[in-house]
Amino acid sequence: MASSEHTREQKARLDDAFSALYKAHLRDVYSYSYYRVGNHHDAEDLTEQTFLQAYRHFERAQRESEGRPLRPWLIRIAHNLAANYYRDRSRKPQTPIDDAGVLSAPHTTEDLVEDRDDLKRILAGVQQLPDDRREALIMRFALGMDNREIARALGRTDGATKVLIHRAIRQLEEIVKQDEGPDA
Amino acid sequence: MSEQFAEFENLLRKALAPVEPPAELEARLELNLASIVDLATEELEAWELSSMGDPRNWTRIARPVAAVTIGSAAAVGLVLVRTQRKRHKRRNEAAGAVDLAGRTLRDLAREARRVADDVF
Repeated sequence: MASSEHTREQKARLDDAFSALYKAHLRDVYSYSYYRVGNHHDAEDLTEQTFLQAYRHFERAQRESEGRPLRPWLIRIAHNLAANYYRDRSRKPQTPIDDAGVLSAPHTTEDLVEDRDDLKRILAGVQQLPDDRREALIMRFALGMDNREIARALGRTDGATKVLIHRAIRQLEEIVKQDEGPDA
Repeated sequence: MSEQFAEFENLLRKALAPVEPPAELEARLELNLASIVDLATEELEAWELSSMGDPRNWTRIARPVAAVTIGSAAAVGLVLVRTQRKRHKRRNEAAGAVDLAGRTLRDLAREARRVADDVF
């Protein structure tokens, strides 16, 4: 059957493309999930759900992306799933991010000793930011996304995203300063 | 951009460093995705094999048959209508019942040829 042969070939091509996407962005999705939910266990669940969801809609996303990178689309799926995660379980990331996150990040030992307190304070501050600012910072710094990619993931304009990131950094600076106290 | 701001950004970059996924997650995810791909392929093959036996697919086969049937019925109807229209003329011209039957059959054949030319 020629048409079914064609369908099978198309499907194989699609699966190969998805496999490449998965390999290229597993770390991005995991990092995003981890900084959103604050622990490895839920981050694993969220990452798994994100890729399963992405697989279901991959064909359409690829068609509609018109060659643009699919990372913002993947992160948007993770973002929506994380929102559901909090809504369903009626909880917020009250607890600080696991230390394991900082430790598993690619820091040198000297860095860790020197900056550990600062990094902890910053991570705690990130958790206090409003959702959109926190997400923008995670995308920029943990995933290295540029303004355009972040704008696509958040459904905003490039200009609005630039302002959002700037304000997020300013607010975080304030939070960290307050946390350090007047003697700092 | 102030130096202080740049320094803070640098710290932020360190604090939010990418986190490597655990190796077991990678293996589990690959396994799950591979299972889904296999399932989807099996589903496609199973569908091809069972498509003739599945009543839900009969509509695909029945459609052309129905089209031919409906088309033929419409053609027959058209022949009958056209032949019926000429019944008064035939009755007036016929010499008797046998002659009328003969003329009716000839008209039927003529109209059938015309409709066949028009439709097919």
